[in-house]
Amino acid sequence: MTAVAEARRGELSALYRVRGWLRNPWARPRFLVLVTWSYVLWSLVPVLIAVQFSFNATRSRTEWAGFSARWYWGDPVDSVWHDPTLRHAAIQSLKLAGADVLIATPIGVLLAIGLARWTGWGSRPSNFLMLFPLVTPEIVMGVSLLLIFTQVFTFIGTGTIAQILGHVTFSISYVVVIVRGRLFSIGRQYEEAAADLGASPTVALTRVLLPLLTPAIVASAAVVFAISIDDFVISQWLSSGGATDTVPIRIYSATRAAPLPSTNAIATVMMLFTLLSLVLAFLAWRVFTRGERRARAGQTKDLAVFEL
Amino acid sequence: MYRRWLWPGFAFPGVLWLIVLFAVPFYAVIAVAFGTVDPVLLQADPIWNPLNWNAGWILEVLGRLAPGGTFFGVALRTIAYVAIALALSLLIGYPVAYYIARHAGRMKSILLVLIILPLWISYLMRMLAWVNLLASDGYVNRFLTFTHVLSQPRDWLGGQASTVILALVYGYIPYLILPLFAALDRIDQSHLEAARDLGASPWSTFRTVTLPLSKAGILGGAVLITLPMFGDYYTPDIVSGAPRTSMIGNQIDFYFHYGGQPTIGAAITVILAAFLTVLMAYYMWTIHRASREVRTV
Repeated sequence: MTAVAEARRGELSALYRVRGWLRNPWARPRFLVLVTWSYVLWSLVPVLIAVQFSFNATRSRTEWAGFSARWYWGDPVDSVWHDPTLRHAAIQSLKLAGADVLIATPIGVLLAIGLARWTGWGSRPSNFLMLFPLVTPEIVMGVSLLLIFTQVFTFIGTGTIAQILGHVTFSISYVVVIVRGRLFSIGRQYEEAAADLGASPTVALTRVLLPLLTPAIVASAAVVFAISIDDFVISQWLSSGGATDTVPIRIYSATRAAPLPSTNAIATVMMLFTLLSLVLAFLAWRVFTRGERRARAGQTKDLAVFEL
Repeated sequence: MYRRWLWPGFAFPGVLWLIVLFAVPFYAVIAVAFGTVDPVLLQADPIWNPLNWNAGWILEVLGRLAPGGTFFGVALRTIAYVAIALALSLLIGYPVAYYIARHAGRMKSILLVLIILPLWISYLMRMLAWVNLLASDGYVNRFLTFTHVLSQPRDWLGGQASTVILALVYGYIPYLILPLFAALDRIDQSHLEAARDLGASPWSTFRTVTLPLSKAGILGGAVLITLPMFGDYYTPDIVSGAPRTSMIGNQIDFYFHYGGQPTIGAAITVILAAFLTVLMAYYMWTIHRASREVRTV
């Protein structure tokens, strides 16, 4: 009886909605729905079309001629797999991102803990210095690093080493921001409890604090990987020619010349790498913080990390 | 329980890294901008001691930036592009963020993921997507000629200001929507209910309650996208490439990579950074304040 009444009421409210819509299609939320979904489509459909053309059977990026994996590995000359410039660019991108994760994550984690707890002389300027790379336009950083490697640290010069050093420089602050958020939310009571129970400082740090920070460390590693893969400006300013070109640099030079669908193909491959690393990090975060989440409040906090 | 030197010790490698590879390099730009140029090799000669600085090149560039100078048009164009792109971004971004924060209901998490997604797709990939769409035989031209909006395909990629502005909006708007969403999502619904109970119309509730309460998000997001837009050179390069749409970043890029006059490039960089200092300081202050709030909770 009640189920029938419920269903009936559902039908009625649907009917009212349709009638309301017909009477005034521009009532506020409807306008907002339209704007929001148009925006979402506008922001994503061009990328999906670019992905579609990476599977095109002909050399055109504008005329669809049927599905083929030719630009990934089929074509003996111009495919991602067979064109050495594209392959090298992919390897260079992954090399920089891997080195960046390995160097920036530990330095950033230590810096986050240090800055959160150090209160003495020098802590304020250090905090200030850490925030700077987040707001400096990339071209200013690119110019600075280029000049320092060509004028002062001439023994390094431009090239892969300089690119890695540059990527680490802009990545550290992101690690700090993510890890610091986690540090503040867990507080100090767990370490104090461990100390009360007789743990030495080393044990409190490695057996209590480190495991609690693991989700933030994993998340920041993934974010560093993603921003390094996507970086164009720093890689370009510190590149020493074709051999150190990354995928974004290839895309940049290809779009200015005559791009083939293989450019779309390599961009698609790198996009998958980025999204995969973030999905893995998100899942890791969920697993590590299981049992901590308090309904919705926790959920938005999880997402906050990925909003950076 | 921990030794006093432990925390500065933890911070040490990171602080040292940022001093050596962030602060000192920025000083190098200043030293080059206030330096001299080797008359024979035409190479930049930085002057490291501020007491010996040579302001000649900075003054030269400032002169060119003034009305009538060769950089005046570029500077004006940069400011105009950034201002229009920012206005359009706010116009599109605010309703989107507002809808997701207030009315999305069950769709909220899905929509959040969909608006975060572009942030993790390479900027260059997203520009490449538009280059494909805007090509002379691309989907945009085909659609517009098919619907007879245009009688013949338009050369979108041949140096159109509208294309560059569209690309800037497309590239940076996701960074604006997130802070807007965060600010709107934080607004306590009871304030809005109170306003309505006291007789405010929906519009005046929005104008006097929602809008002022989201001001921090608007300003924060606006600064967050304005800073990189002022330093952008690759967007106009990719979607236009013509000198008539070049921005101030293109000048810096030109003097370093093609013009072979790094001193002028460094001088423009220093002036740009000085121009953006106010915005940078404001944004750093908001991050600082946010982290202090987290700490006190």
